[in-house]
Amino acid sequence: MNEMVITREQREARLEGMGCKRKRVEDIRFTQGKGQYVDDIKLPGMLHGDFVRSQYAHARIKRIDASRALALPGVIAVITAEELKPLGLHWMPTLAGDVQAVLADGKVCFQNQEIAFVVAENRYVVDDALQLVEVEYEELPVLVDPFTAMDPDAPVLRPDLDGKTVGAHGPRKHHNHIFEWTIGDKAATDEAFNSAEVTIKELISYHRTHPSPLETCQCLASFDKVKGELTLYGTFQAPHVIRTVASLLSKIPEHKIHVIAPDIGGGFGNKVGAYSGYICAIVASIVTGLPVKWVEDRMENLSTTSFARDYHMTTEIAATKDGKVTGLRVHVLADHGAFDACADPSKWPAGFMNIVTGSYDFPVAHLAVDGVYTNKAPGGVAYRCSFRVTEAAYCIERAMDVLAQKLGMDPADLRMKNFIRREQFPYQSALGWEYDSGDYHLAMQKAMDAIGYRELRAEQKARQDAFRRGETREIMGIGVTFFTEIVGAGPSKNCDILGVAMFDSAEIRIHPTGSIIARMGSKSQGQGHETTWAQIIATELGIPADDIMIEEGNTDTAPYGLGTYGSRSTPVAGAAIAMAARKIKNKAQMIAAHLLEVSEYDLEWDIDGFRVKGNPERSKTMKEIAWAAYNAPPPGLEPGLEAVNYYDPPNMTYPFGAYFCVMDIDVDTGVARIRRFYALDDCGTRINPMIIEGQVHGGLTEAFAIAMGQEIKYDEMGNVQGASFMDFFLPTAVETPHWETDHTVTPSPHHPIGAKGVGESPNVGGVPCFSNAVNDAFGFLGSTHIQMPHDAWRVWEAAKRLGLHQ
Amino acid sequence: MDMSEIDTIPVTVTVNGRKVQRFVEPRTLLIHFLREELNLTGAHIGCETSHCGACTVEIDGQSVKSCTMFAVQADGSAVTTVEGLANPDGTLHALQEGFRQMHGLQCGYCTPGMLMRAKVLLSENPDPTEAEIRHGIAGNLCRCTGYQNIVKAIQYAAAKLNGREFQEAAE
Ligand code: FES
Ligand code: FES
Repeated sequence: MNEMVITREQREARLEGMGCKRKRVEDIRFTQGKGQYVDDIKLPGMLHGDFVRSQYAHARIKRIDASRALALPGVIAVITAEELKPLGLHWMPTLAGDVQAVLADGKVCFQNQEIAFVVAENRYVVDDALQLVEVEYEELPVLVDPFTAMDPDAPVLRPDLDGKTVGAHGPRKHHNHIFEWTIGDKAATDEAFNSAEVTIKELISYHRTHPSPLETCQCLASFDKVKGELTLYGTFQAPHVIRTVASLLSKIPEHKIHVIAPDIGGGFGNKVGAYSGYICAIVASIVTGLPVKWVEDRMENLSTTSFARDYHMTTEIAATKDGKVTGLRVHVLADHGAFDACADPSKWPAGFMNIVTGSYDFPVAHLAVDGVYTNKAPGGVAYRCSFRVTEAAYCIERAMDVLAQKLGMDPADLRMKNFIRREQFPYQSALGWEYDSGDYHLAMQKAMDAIGYRELRAEQKARQDAFRRGETREIMGIGVTFFTEIVGAGPSKNCDILGVAMFDSAEIRIHPTGSIIARMGSKSQGQGHETTWAQIIATELGIPADDIMIEEGNTDTAPYGLGTYGSRSTPVAGAAIAMAARKIKNKAQMIAAHLLEVSEYDLEWDIDGFRVKGNPERSKTMKEIAWAAYNAPPPGLEPGLEAVNYYDPPNMTYPFGAYFCVMDIDVDTGVARIRRFYALDDCGTRINPMIIEGQVHGGLTEAFAIAMGQEIKYDEMGNVQGASFMDFFLPTAVETPHWETDHTVTPSPHHPIGAKGVGESPNVGGVPCFSNAVNDAFGFLGSTHIQMPHDAWRVWEAAKRLGLHQ
Repeated sequence: MDMSEIDTIPVTVTVNGRKVQRFVEPRTLLIHFLREELNLTGAHIGCETSHCGACTVEIDGQSVKSCTMFAVQADGSAVTTVEGLANPDGTLHALQEGFRQMHGLQCGYCTPGMLMRAKVLLSENPDPTEAEIRHGIAGNLCRCTGYQNIVKAIQYAAAKLNGREFQEAAE
């Protein structure tokens, strides 16, 4: 038989397992317009709902009159807080331990806050009716600047918290204070600063922005009154969590709630939380007995569901004269908006901000974070990063450059001097993490060689001289960044969401004919899980990836999982897949031994089956074993071949990377032209290099947008500025630079396949790299730190401040 | 305005080669007509302000953002959506193949609009340079891919349609 003569390489290749650039399974339907996203789903009798929203950032609501709206033909209901009160649903708990008004309860605290939910026969009538709901306001003083939030006479934003001197994360110092979170050895850190030869101090702000996936947040709720069952389709990055939250809030038993996350048009952290739209659609469906769809428009998306960042980080480094860091001290003023709706693990009000020591061997460090309320939208999601990791990376990477400048040292050399060394792993950081693995010097050197770093510095020097001589109006910046991420939340000992430990899960079933269906608690929003999860199983079990179907997002069939965000899917769900596969493999070995009439210990795994040690002619493929599992299992062994694994990771994973950016800035226009961008990523074992590169390209493009202009701004009245694609910077193919990618591989020692996760590294490393390049360009003119975002206007202003415009 | 006061107007359009007639409110946007009347959900809505291009379809040989056009304005024209992109024999269009081969999509939400835009781009300029492709798709936003592989996907399709082999591998 031909089958018998194929080579081992061919057997291996046809599996399309880990490490190969397998083409994506998802693309077949997406390229033919056959994806199924929430708004594509239509149910008989379906109604539509949308919100009347506040015009003001801070106001008392004196009256809501929906009578004209209700009189409009086609309008079915108008729901306000008054209607939700009897159900106890006018407020909802947030993931951060605060509460948030589902519909404004007598008062609005940010512009575009939800006031009433209008339900009508179609979306056009909804829009008509929204105009007819009359709301009478009494304006209140507005608080926009977080630096004045704790002034003695600052307006009271949250009277519902009146008298609450202790919040979910400890004492509150002021009526607009949410929490103070501190970590590290303060006394030792202060001592390091007292005895330091050199110190720097800089206020490094990371502005407010928004994940803005191309598909907005949306859901379709359908309550079956007869069965008492709720089916909820939605753009959910964490469908099981949504089911639990929906059950706790609605009191519908969890087994009677069917949450389905179909195809999702990008998430980037926007689709983790629970929003008023979900609650109102559910309530409206219960009330009307009909399915109700809620689809955000873009303005609603940008101005209400989940901003990101808004961290103001006062950063100090202590060092020796020759550039050895001796201490790090950071204070963060965190603007959380009107409600603390951060999507962080419960015990981490500032996420994993304590990764702020970065890639460097700081002997001591101290971090304090104060969260405050302002009249802005709630949120604080991890926009393509693990919880607050991009803020931390920006903070330390910018500060290292400020230190280099003060010392007169090259920023790459300063980093090299202070890296955690390879032999120090597993490394205990001063702020409490255990870094799993890394070879930072190797990665940095490889990157510097690849980009020709020393030559670039020489060129920059020559160009600076030319600029000084007035021969050019362009300045050249070289951005250097070396980031360490912390992803894969997380171990149950320190990570939970609303009390549910942050494990993840996989269930694999092998059918009698040797094909597979596997289901996970994760949920792809474009990451390509249907492709890559099958690759892990293919390698583990020797079944071709094309014979493996991956299903996610249906909470009735998938095992409970905490969802996909914070680069947790590969570290956690990916591990669960490997572990479930290994359970199957153990049983398969018993079956093979039975079939071959040898002891299990006489068998060894060989690509796609077991063979007898020393007698490779005698073997059973996984397909043969699968048939036997259903046809003639060994006596005493259960038939069937399937397994479930719930994986509680022993530690986080710590991907890292070295990024370099070269840009030229015209000081008269403020326009920055990206000449090169080189990204070296180490995400441990690489499952599908094609998908990794795609993730890096996408994350870098988001980083480029954030660093170079993307911002959610407010004016002094609390009016949100730029909540449309007209103003909110999303780069097109024209502005987007060309990306060069590279890698090193340092597997995670505690992960079953050594993978660390990559989706968010480029955003985490990219933002400081662009910002460092801008700052590096201006450094020789006496500037130390220019705040992001670096759009042409602000860059031009920076040049003006430096007296470059005569 | 009272719905019952609004008259509906007949619209006749050839969509993906099939003639359809419906009565619609004059204010019905073409994107809603396609998605909700005709159940062609390939074209997506990303902004409704003509910025993102997720709703791009082809009308009489031109690229149109269907969120910014009324269905009645399409009366008498031929509309092609992503559902009509594959070759008449059912095989995939070179662009559909190119997007898969070059990893030109991730979440897939922008993809139908990108594909339909790229189709018209290649009909106007069968062998575009990278810069021409980048300018040619500047009306279509993608939040996932960073465009680099979309450019390659379009180059792949251009090569194939011109009878050449495309060598570049997906990054
Ligand atoms: S939905 Fe039409 S351009 Fe965005
Ligand atoms: S693939 Fe997600 S927006 Fe383009």
